[in-house]
Amino acid sequence: MTAPPAEAAATPGQIAVAHGVAAPPAPWRLLLRKPTFLIGVAILLFWIACAIFGQAIAPHDPLAQSLLAKNSAPSGAHWFGTDSLGRDVLSRVIVGARDILLIAPLATLLGTVLGTVVGLIMGYIGGIVDTVLGRIVEAVLALPVVVVAFLFIVAVGPSSVTLIVVIGFIFTPLIARTVRTAVLVESQQDYLASARLLGERPGYIMLAEILPNVLPVIVVEFTVRLGYAIFAVATLSFLGFGVQQPTPDWGGDIAANYGLLGAGYWWEVLFAAMAIASLVMALNLVTDGIEQVISS
Amino acid sequence: MSEPGTTTDAAASAASGPAAAPTLDVRNLGVTYRVRGQDRAAIRDVSFQIGPRESYGLVGESGSGKSTVALALTRYLPRNGFVSGGSISIAGQDPLTLSGAALRSLRARTVSMVYQEPGRALNPSIKAGRQIAEVFEIAGLDRTTSADRAQDMLRKVQIPDPGQVMDRYPHQLSGGMAQRVVIAMALAAEPSLLILDEPTTALDATVEAEVLDLVAGLRAEMATSVLFISHNLAVIAKMCDRVGVLYAGEMVEEGPAGVVFEQPEHPYTVGLLRCIPRRGQRKDHGRLDAIPGFLPAPGQQVAGCIFAERCALVIDECRTAQPPAEPVGPGHTARCIRHADAAELPRATPADVTLPASPGSGEPIVTIRGLSTTYKNADTELKALTGVDLQIMRGETLGLVGESGSGKTTLARALLGLITPDDGSVVEFDGRPLPVDLRRRPRELLRAVQIVFQNPDSALNRRHTVRRLISRPLSRLAGLSGSRLAERLADLVRSVRMEPRHLPLRPGQLSGGLKQRVAIARAFGGGPRLVVCDEPTSALDVSVQAAILNLLADLQAKEQVTYLFISHDLGVVRYLSDRIAVLYLGRLMEVGPAETVFSGPHHPYTEALLSAVPSLDGQRRDRIRLAGEIPSAATPPSGCVFHTRCPRKLDSGLCESTEPPLAEVEPGHLMSCHIPIADLRRMQETPR
Amino acid sequence: MTRYLLRRLGLAVITLWILSVIVFFAGQVLPGDPGRAVLGPFASRSAVQALDHQLGVDRPLVVQYFSWVGGLLHGNFGTSYTFRSPVEPFIATALANSAKLAILALVVIIPLGIAGGVLAALYAGRPVDRAISLGGLAASTVPEFVSGVVLIIIFSVGLKLTQLNHLVLPVIPLVLILFGYIARMARAGTIEALDSDYARTATLKGLPRSIVIRRHILRNALLPTITVIATQTGYLIGGLVVVEQLFNYQGIGRLIWSAANGKDFPMLEAGVLTVGIVYMVATLIADVLYTVLNPRLRVGVSS
Repeated sequence: MTAPPAEAAATPGQIAVAHGVAAPPAPWRLLLRKPTFLIGVAILLFWIACAIFGQAIAPHDPLAQSLLAKNSAPSGAHWFGTDSLGRDVLSRVIVGARDILLIAPLATLLGTVLGTVVGLIMGYIGGIVDTVLGRIVEAVLALPVVVVAFLFIVAVGPSSVTLIVVIGFIFTPLIARTVRTAVLVESQQDYLASARLLGERPGYIMLAEILPNVLPVIVVEFTVRLGYAIFAVATLSFLGFGVQQPTPDWGGDIAANYGLLGAGYWWEVLFAAMAIASLVMALNLVTDGIEQVISS
Repeated sequence: MSEPGTTTDAAASAASGPAAAPTLDVRNLGVTYRVRGQDRAAIRDVSFQIGPRESYGLVGESGSGKSTVALALTRYLPRNGFVSGGSISIAGQDPLTLSGAALRSLRARTVSMVYQEPGRALNPSIKAGRQIAEVFEIAGLDRTTSADRAQDMLRKVQIPDPGQVMDRYPHQLSGGMAQRVVIAMALAAEPSLLILDEPTTALDATVEAEVLDLVAGLRAEMATSVLFISHNLAVIAKMCDRVGVLYAGEMVEEGPAGVVFEQPEHPYTVGLLRCIPRRGQRKDHGRLDAIPGFLPAPGQQVAGCIFAERCALVIDECRTAQPPAEPVGPGHTARCIRHADAAELPRATPADVTLPASPGSGEPIVTIRGLSTTYKNADTELKALTGVDLQIMRGETLGLVGESGSGKTTLARALLGLITPDDGSVVEFDGRPLPVDLRRRPRELLRAVQIVFQNPDSALNRRHTVRRLISRPLSRLAGLSGSRLAERLADLVRSVRMEPRHLPLRPGQLSGGLKQRVAIARAFGGGPRLVVCDEPTSALDVSVQAAILNLLADLQAKEQVTYLFISHDLGVVRYLSDRIAVLYLGRLMEVGPAETVFSGPHHPYTEALLSAVPSLDGQRRDRIRLAGEIPSAATPPSGCVFHTRCPRKLDSGLCESTEPPLAEVEPGHLMSCHIPIADLRRMQETPR
Repeated sequence: MTRYLLRRLGLAVITLWILSVIVFFAGQVLPGDPGRAVLGPFASRSAVQALDHQLGVDRPLVVQYFSWVGGLLHGNFGTSYTFRSPVEPFIATALANSAKLAILALVVIIPLGIAGGVLAALYAGRPVDRAISLGGLAASTVPEFVSGVVLIIIFSVGLKLTQLNHLVLPVIPLVLILFGYIARMARAGTIEALDSDYARTATLKGLPRSIVIRRHILRNALLPTITVIATQTGYLIGGLVVVEQLFNYQGIGRLIWSAANGKDFPMLEAGVLTVGIVYMVATLIADVLYTVLNPRLRVGVSS
């Protein structure tokens, strides 16, 4: 054994971590310093609470009609007023968080999982697989999400499961494209060659070597897509192809009542509209925060 | 044809201090970066002057702050950086206090800059000529005159066809050509001060030599003062009258270039110079010395001497107060209270040689015959290697040298099975054919051939821990598990001079040198018989490079492996290699024992490479310079591929028409050249 | 360059073909029995069969697909179940109406989005930037029908300006959505260019900042924005469906919606394909423009 020379000869403690002082704070700590992020989280948590405990929180039964109290303006009894069937708008807004907050995340999750698998294969295997999938991605991209969703929902009939599957499938190529780009960047790295030289199988390389490195991209993509999913679910419900009446739903309720705006019954749509706006904005504040922290 | 011999031999002519009114006067400059709410001093108390017509070199490793100095001088610090103290005077003006218009005028007329990456320094969507002409337009000339003057400038930087280059976009220019355009742009306003920030680091050796000659020539002609920033001591020695050595944001030593490099007075400079293999030093002459420890972390407060933590001469006094810049000779200062003993700095690495001086057993472990590889694109075919025949002997180190595009990395990757060679190529390992497809290689062959990549940041998965990174080859290739794996892991970690407490860390938490040690441990994990080292030290600082070279040499002796060592650094190749192979445009030009290849007679291309590389040793070779661009591998020249740039080309036309075979010209020395060896010997011995 | 564009055109054709398969699959395979879908669950079996035969949907799928595609190639997009007449005239009128809305939106948004993005980049990290960035983000994520009803409440219900309903109010939700995307892209491109080495070169040449920005930054910064604007036409059409529905505007979006609602598959398929073609053409134009404006693509490396 030769005497340990070189760097090991240095005083212990120097060789350890090159830059010992002031390790950068963990990313999530940075997030907690961002007021916009925190506001977003607070609003999001509020709506999640409404989605879970809505029936308990709501002052009235959101389905109970009252023909005597149709289209009544906001008052002490009905803070947000009642709609054209005399249902309590506040209760419908609170309970209306439920379906959208169930469908959108599940659809996004489905799309993210499938998109990650497809993206990894496209990026790592490449070749003909990449070409064929790439064309399909292009084709789906050519259509607005709402329009593709129409086509499929009309064909199989609207339901929560249909919405989840259709939106998830539409997201798959979009997410796959993002993951593929990230994988291609990783493919330039020598650690993949190094893994191949150890005789690692493609499955191991994709899941154990590449996936951890593209995970931040996938997280950001998930949050961005979640915003789109909420957008899409709300829009489809508004167009009559999403959550079906009489289930309380923001988009559906707006569709059911905006025709009466001419009569001045603004409360029947405004509060649901505000609910959607606050939800998507909160989500975007959160996404923005995560993106900034990951990119710095 | 570039004119040989126009170089001002700067190192020799200098020694005089700055003249009365310096062009640049920097006093007690401090620069601080604000990172996540914390102030980190990048430059502390740096002072230096550059006299008229003087060329001043600022040398330092990464993290020394040399580029920050340049940015501060031009007041172009990043948004989070600010000058925290001191003053700057460029031709009597202080850029730090100037108003907007005056600052613009200073930048337009008085100081200009040449950058490391010429391709990126030029605007991709504006033609080269227009970008130079802009300089004249700022000065108030009309558009036509400006264009004419721009063309004159291109002529001045010796661009063969200035009219055509005027109309080219940057992406149509080679690296060397783009750097000439940037230099033309910088000199167009005839500035008092020209700042060159690593101007040749991104260029190939032969191109670098041309650009350096050009800068030296223009400086003499235009009477400009020069601030030359580089990590490369030899380039600074060649180009500069005086030199300042930066370490961790402080100027530790300053003086005439020749004196500083020959009789350094600061322990850091002494140590740095010992890290570089010089004067034909080889591994069997003894280990290189290394500088122990690490740079202080950015922003770390150091009470005493900034270098104290790593200095073998350190005494208690060093840790209490920052040492003053003590005069140690005419125009020569060193910030060290023990400068008198600096020359006797104890070695950090024992010099003892543990290596068997035997260069391999003489029988081949790898035999390559007719190896060709082609990269196919939609509409182009690029032949990266053409019919390479090469043997690697058991236990030796074969050095592979060549410029970018020569095919060195392709050769390595083909050998490893990472790219598939063309049909008809033969690669044998231990007398048996090596399957070209990695997936068809049995485990025995996988473990036999491994690689150390150039850039450990890329070669190590940043999400895996050191333990996982080093254990994986042990389980995959050596088939170990449980306690036997743990034992071998501990052993391996020790032999790359790391410690068990590094095991839970991830690459991002390690320094560059440590990361490369992890990569080396990975390569040796399976018990390889051939390790390809693809520029293993070129991403590292000089002081770290020495330790890695020592480690590679030690491991070779211990594990009895064969190395294919790829590098563009001839000094490093010479230090480590037993034999050397020279590639040019995918063809072997020369193969032979290291000493024979270096001492000559050598192939004209090898000769050009050797004379292109600036040396710290002051010995001047007969300089031959290569003209023109490296041809594209997609359209290689006819006959001998080197004939378009060969300064010794035969008049008979043979070189243009016929490709010379790789023939044995001396025992063990092969060359691909039409010129008989006796003639080469005569040409290369007689000075021109 | 020609070679690249031809290749690009070829790819567009292939994509269009895949699109036709998807549309055919969703419109004619998934629904199962169109006759039943049209006539409802209480119609008699023989009536359904008769209708199926009349529509030609009782033939093998491959035959149906080729006769459908063959029709498309001859400009015959099918016969509406609802109107029992060719769909092309409906599509053409609707497309023309929608184009009015879309072009008006683009004319407003392109300069606005680019200016906002560049402004944000020039003041990156300052309040102006945060306001534009977060405002843009918020605007681009609120569904059109939400901003639309709010606008109706403010202008029609509150201010009684009902005459705005025709063209002005429908355009605003579209503009809001697109502003965020275009500004974001323009901002990112400008910041990248500002941080580039060539911007440093230009500044250290002594050029005034205004010239550095105009001559050296903007051109490189805004090139990628062209592509984004083209891809946004897809979202724009998605937005049209909603806006046209909300404001009762007779465009392609409303046509598709009505067809979907009435299970008029030929009309739906034709509408969806038209949207796809419009998107293809838009991205193709953007690519040509990008190629022409980018010297790296326009002139290759000459040796």
